[in-house]
Amino acid sequence: MKTFKGRVVVPGACEAEALVTKNGFNTLASFQKSLMFGDKTAKCGDQNNPDLYNKPMAGTALCLPQTIGSTTGGMVLYCATAMGRNPACLLFSKPIDSLAAAGAVLSDVWTENSMPTIDSLGDEFLETVKTGDKIKVEEDGTVIIL
Amino acid sequence: MADYKIELTPEQLAILNGEKGETMAKVMKTLVMYGETFGATKMVPVTGKKGHLVTSFGLGVMKPVYELMDKLIADGVISGQQFSVDPKPLDKNVPASFIENLIFKKFMYSAQDMYDGQLQKMGLVSDSAYTCTCYLDEVGNTPNKGDVLSWAESSAVVYANSVLGARCNRNSGIIELFGSIVGFVPYFGLLTDEGRKATWIVEVKTDKIPEAQVLGSAIGMKVMEDVPYVKGLDKWIGTELNDDAKAYLKDFGAATASNGAVGLYHIDGLTPEAVEQGEALIAENAQVYVIDDAELERVKNSYPVIWKDKNAEPKLCFIGCPHLTYSQLIEWTEKVEAGLKAAGNKKVVIPTVFTAAPTVVEKFNKTSYAERLKKTGVILSYICPLMYMNNPLCGKKPVITNSNKLRTYTTSRYYTNAEILDCITKGGK
Repeated sequence: MKTFKGRVVVPGACEAEALVTKNGFNTLASFQKSLMFGDKTAKCGDQNNPDLYNKPMAGTALCLPQTIGSTTGGMVLYCATAMGRNPACLLFSKPIDSLAAAGAVLSDVWTENSMPTIDSLGDEFLETVKTGDKIKVEEDGTVIIL
Repeated sequence: MADYKIELTPEQLAILNGEKGETMAKVMKTLVMYGETFGATKMVPVTGKKGHLVTSFGLGVMKPVYELMDKLIADGVISGQQFSVDPKPLDKNVPASFIENLIFKKFMYSAQDMYDGQLQKMGLVSDSAYTCTCYLDEVGNTPNKGDVLSWAESSAVVYANSVLGARCNRNSGIIELFGSIVGFVPYFGLLTDEGRKATWIVEVKTDKIPEAQVLGSAIGMKVMEDVPYVKGLDKWIGTELNDDAKAYLKDFGAATASNGAVGLYHIDGLTPEAVEQGEALIAENAQVYVIDDAELERVKNSYPVIWKDKNAEPKLCFIGCPHLTYSQLIEWTEKVEAGLKAAGNKKVVIPTVFTAAPTVVEKFNKTSYAERLKKTGVILSYICPLMYMNNPLCGKKPVITNSNKLRTYTTSRYYTNAEILDCITKGGK
């Protein structure tokens, strides 16, 4: 078990399996296909991301450095949350970027679904966590790899 | 109510507390939470006359966005300023197969007409305001230096900040609309003097004028979201912001913003803040990146080719992402004519689409160049090449482009301006 402490962007608590990308997460490229084809598991459609490609993202603890890509990113994340295909939580090793922050805040204010979002967990977090690890997120920004 | 650290004026606090209705309060709450994430100290008025939205496409799957728009409109929460929006994803003049057309109209962009109607109710300037180059004179959404904007579209934001000296963060879709609705944006990042300081010095030491889209790509990939101060480029593009320099910086900036996440750059001796403040804009301990011809070649060679058949004959060529300026349209027309003449061809050998803002197309079509371009076989369109390619079938279609932005977001393959001219006039890959 290892514990990390980050900053709370959107508060909440949850437990989920980790899905880890070491590269920047391209929100539009990752979600577009699953949103378009009604894939409720939200399999990642970004062919440029070998860590995530074709893996289901819905309900996971998505561990990432930052998001990249189109400025539609925040809106896409909001759509995923409103449609219930969002990750259970977003765990950023770096300070959150403006597009992801927009998506997290829009999801929090405008949808019924909860997607706790923690940033600034540090590089060591992303080096430690592995896809499939059980993750526990607490209200105060504590992230535990069980 | 949550305990916010951001300082709000009585007017802003009243909006947050619901004085203008629950929906408007949620719009303000979204902006406050967004600003708090980045340590914003206050909300400042949007002083630019018009907004610019990134979302122009009526993708059927974006139902939550349309429901949100419906709610805003029904509750009278519409934009306090008019806005332009990114290019349309469809144009019947652009080549597409029967199946592609079916997918575009019936499946992907099935909500286009409905969404266009929502945009009009929300405050769209006009049906000619669909372009990523809203800041061009012909389009008329040109901010003044120092204006605070609530825009999205990375290429437009970086141009407004860098070339025009306006102030805007790299906003997401919906956030930019909310800023235009409420009339305030959180004060952080590129809105502040400190956030506009350069943390990178880029020294251009090439023996010829750098290809704008490769130079931008190299800088974007190196500095990511930081602010670069570029030295040595004025040697190649001058110290006057004329049409040629502005067109160069448009393409350069789009590459910095898409290959990295640059929202502002300074060009020594050329862009407004660099002219005024010079190296005082450079932060302490700024890192240095030296770019020579070899470095540009290395960067260009690093682009992956993700065509299914890497040796396929190109089926389509897009030039104009971001949209071409009027001067660029004239220049490309002359280049294609000369290239065809030299190759002994009458028409382009690869179906080619030039893209520009509707009002730029309209201006161009009033000149004799329109007929000359038509004779070369090149199609002129207002479409967004990125949205056109943003469908499952395009992954199998070998498309070439001189746009590093289009290359980054799609399966298209990048060539320099000179290479692509050869491709479309002489043939070959």
